[in-house]
Amino acid sequence: MTTTTTASAAGVRVAALAEIPPGEGRAYAVPTSDGTGMQQVAVFHHRDGHVSAVDAVCPHSGGPLADGQIDSCVVICPLHLNTWDLRTGESTSGQDPVRVHGVEVAPDGSVVVTPA
Amino acid sequence: MHMKKKRHLVLVGNGMAGARLLEELLERGASETFEITVFGDEPYGNYNRIMLSHVLAGEDGEESIYLNEIGWYAENGIDLRSGVRIVDVDLPAREVIDATGERTGYDVLVIATGSSPHFPPMDGLRREDGSLLPGVSGFRSLDETRAMLEEARSGHHRRAVVIGGGLLGLEAAKGLQNHGLDVTVIHSPAHLMNQQLDAEAGAVLRRSIEDCGISVVTGARTTGVTARTDDGRVSGVVLKDGRVFDADMVVVTAGIRPNTDVGVRAGLVVERGIVVDDQMRCVDQPVSDGGGGQVYALGECAQHRGETYGLVAPLWEQATVLADVLTGSDPDAAYHGSKTSTKLKVAGVDVAAIGQSGPEHPDDEHVVFSDVRRGLYQSVVVRDGRLVGATLLGDTRKSAALQQAFDRGLPLPEQRVELLFDLGSGGGEASVEDLADDAQVCNCNGVTKGDICGAVASGCTSVKGVMDATRAGKGCGSCKEVVSAVVEHAIAAGGGTLTEDASVHWYVPGVPLRKDELVAAIREQHLTSVSAVFAALAPGGAEDAKSKMGLTSLLRTLWPTEFVDERDARFINDRVHANIQRDGTFSVVPQMKGGVTTPEQLRKIADVAEKYGVGMLKVTGGQRIDMLGVKKEDLPKVWADLDMPSGYAYGKSMRTVKTCVGTDYCRFGLGDSTALGIAMEEKFQGLETPAKLKLGVVGCPRNCAEAYVKDIGVVAIGNGKWEVYVGGAAGASVRKADLLATVDSPEAVIQLTGRFIQFYRTWGNWLERTYDFVPRLSIERIRLVLVEDSDGMCAQLDDEIDAACAAYRDPWKEREAPDAPGRFSAPALPLIPLPLVPKRPVGAPGGTPRDLLPTPNPVEIVSPNEEALMAGAQQ
Repeated sequence: MTTTTTASAAGVRVAALAEIPPGEGRAYAVPTSDGTGMQQVAVFHHRDGHVSAVDAVCPHSGGPLADGQIDSCVVICPLHLNTWDLRTGESTSGQDPVRVHGVEVAPDGSVVVTPA
Repeated sequence: MHMKKKRHLVLVGNGMAGARLLEELLERGASETFEITVFGDEPYGNYNRIMLSHVLAGEDGEESIYLNEIGWYAENGIDLRSGVRIVDVDLPAREVIDATGERTGYDVLVIATGSSPHFPPMDGLRREDGSLLPGVSGFRSLDETRAMLEEARSGHHRRAVVIGGGLLGLEAAKGLQNHGLDVTVIHSPAHLMNQQLDAEAGAVLRRSIEDCGISVVTGARTTGVTARTDDGRVSGVVLKDGRVFDADMVVVTAGIRPNTDVGVRAGLVVERGIVVDDQMRCVDQPVSDGGGGQVYALGECAQHRGETYGLVAPLWEQATVLADVLTGSDPDAAYHGSKTSTKLKVAGVDVAAIGQSGPEHPDDEHVVFSDVRRGLYQSVVVRDGRLVGATLLGDTRKSAALQQAFDRGLPLPEQRVELLFDLGSGGGEASVEDLADDAQVCNCNGVTKGDICGAVASGCTSVKGVMDATRAGKGCGSCKEVVSAVVEHAIAAGGGTLTEDASVHWYVPGVPLRKDELVAAIREQHLTSVSAVFAALAPGGAEDAKSKMGLTSLLRTLWPTEFVDERDARFINDRVHANIQRDGTFSVVPQMKGGVTTPEQLRKIADVAEKYGVGMLKVTGGQRIDMLGVKKEDLPKVWADLDMPSGYAYGKSMRTVKTCVGTDYCRFGLGDSTALGIAMEEKFQGLETPAKLKLGVVGCPRNCAEAYVKDIGVVAIGNGKWEVYVGGAAGASVRKADLLATVDSPEAVIQLTGRFIQFYRTWGNWLERTYDFVPRLSIERIRLVLVEDSDGMCAQLDDEIDAACAAYRDPWKEREAPDAPGRFSAPALPLIPLPLVPKRPVGAPGGTPRDLLPTPNPVEIVSPNEEALMAGAQQ
């Protein structure tokens, strides 16, 4: 299996979907969109099968969003229970927004992130 | 010029009144003008009689109650004749006569002989020689207290009867109960403390006393005392109505009688007490030197303007006046009687009684607030616009203000109830209207009044809506009431109407059912996973992130073995069995049952802490060791190296059982709290509960492990007995736990504790701590259900808790086979530049040696490399 992240025009393969348990998230390092550095992205595997990706770091106080609890719409930061809408990046508890990254599951089951 | 000869002052009686008089005299330079001789029939210096109840309760040693020890008298040039009893006075000869017939002359005589316990006539009370039946005692002197204490601690006695439910009787009852005796108070009048309280307050007090486990019988006269045939020791008491109470000890506290024998023999005027005038001078005494006579009386033996006093404050006032008169520092000083007031803690209940206890004139105003269930009673009596009486029971915070109003006759608020309660802006706490906009209301989340008003302005119409929008009240929760008040005020100010969000009654926000409805539906449809609950019961079958944790807890409780674990429904702490910290690292707390550890365990913890560069090692309030700053990917390795079970310092679950040293080493321990605490922690380890559950076990009522403020606290009270308390708190709220029951063995403690935990698991709302749960259901109802088995559910609760405990498995064993790939792997932390939590300086307490500090420049983010991912996949 391929385990290094590979940058391409279509995006970055970060993991096999099977490596993210349903309903959970994992954080991955991917290149920034301008290609000058790396950033961390939290990728979520929703129970209904779809995936979403946002910045891995909560803007409120640096919490690890990939460790948060999710449903089909929101993620709850584990540190102070702030919430963000995974579709828009807007906070539903009054915090600054997070960036939403492109993400999809390739036919081979790979999760591919397109950095925003 | 020759020095004037000193006059000889003789003081008969070395109790609190006498002692106070001596101090007042010395303060006024009396040693220049008087030779002072003091006779005391107790062989001690003088002691604080009020503190005897503390000695009996085992709270104070007797050495701590002395006011003036024997050496003090010599230091001040006072001739103390302790153990010498004066029996008569020869007034014409100006001599006192002691029990041996020896005479001592005086120029000035002060009689302060105090009072004695009153023993009402009872058949069989005394033996033929007139002495009390063995096992029967008054509660007045240090000797009596010592004897009772010795008997109570001997372990030979189980039951005690206290005759007389006044202040002293209740103190005696509580003291004896502390030593593990079953105590019954038998009181002849219709309600307790009838001298100070009216009937309604007496009833409230009675309930509080009974709640401590002391039986109370009122309106019942004791007419006889029975003795054992073998050794002649007391065996019980008989009431007028024929009822019989077994007793191994009987304490008689049926009031006091002034000791007036000396006055009677001397021929002084004696009614109830030795009659004195406003200068404490005995009236109508033979006068031989043209003055008003030189014999005085003060304290409990004296009767002034028809009153005798049994409290300490009046006798202090008398001592001051008499010292002024005798020394001439104020020859016209006069005592006008005392307004009696009492403020004390009787058997653990705060009582303040000022002036009259109830209305006496038809026009008296009587304002009463009574809440029997909470042990609160407050009343004021107002006559002609002046306070003439106040009674406070259970909460005496207002007593200082009331005392002032009573003493000075201050004008009273038009709303009389304001004497008892702070209404509106009249009191200590500012009303929400007066709060500034930038005043912080929720300190946990830094929410100001302005933020809350802003949320209302932007359309929130319910308290919950505002809380969701601002997160006010969502930290420790202690500000919820203020938040509600601000919301209500803001909505009213805007002309809107407050709405209640129906969801406040739901167990979790995503499933519109109360807990009982939800439990019924889950059982009926046999829903064993969180996703199944959402599919069956949530609107549109939609899952809800905020509901998952509560549902996980509930399902584990309902299905100890069948529960289908879905890790995404767990909070991160419960996924990785550690407590997440502000920098995304975790804390690791190994189990340390009862706070007892070993050199091996400490050595291993030290080794592991060094190996993994633990940022801070901290002894927790729960008596374990917290290893802070462990990286998620290190957790399985840390657990493996520790090879200790989890201490569950992260979950909504039974956390720890704090204990004191117990009996092995402690001089005071009454029960082996350490062993019991360890057994309890072992039994209930890891049990999930609606909110975290902290336990404590102490070996005596000194409460060194704070059992009284635990969710469940156990207190050894001697003779193998244990008190089980529930609903205590010492966090954002502080609440003393309620006594659930007193039981006879450690096994019974564990059974009752398990029953309570299962009851709480079944009926407690999600995140509802026991300090809210217990008052919500009321301790009386919980006691009925769990102790008396009123609902016939005890057996089922016992079975359920045993099944839940049997399902325990140490979560740290998951290190060997994680449930999912990448459970403990993470891309290199930190997510943002560390240190967010600064390292303790090298060499400072908690600091790490320099060579163990993590590599500098930990900011760099690296790609997950092949090895790391492979390692994750293989785990």
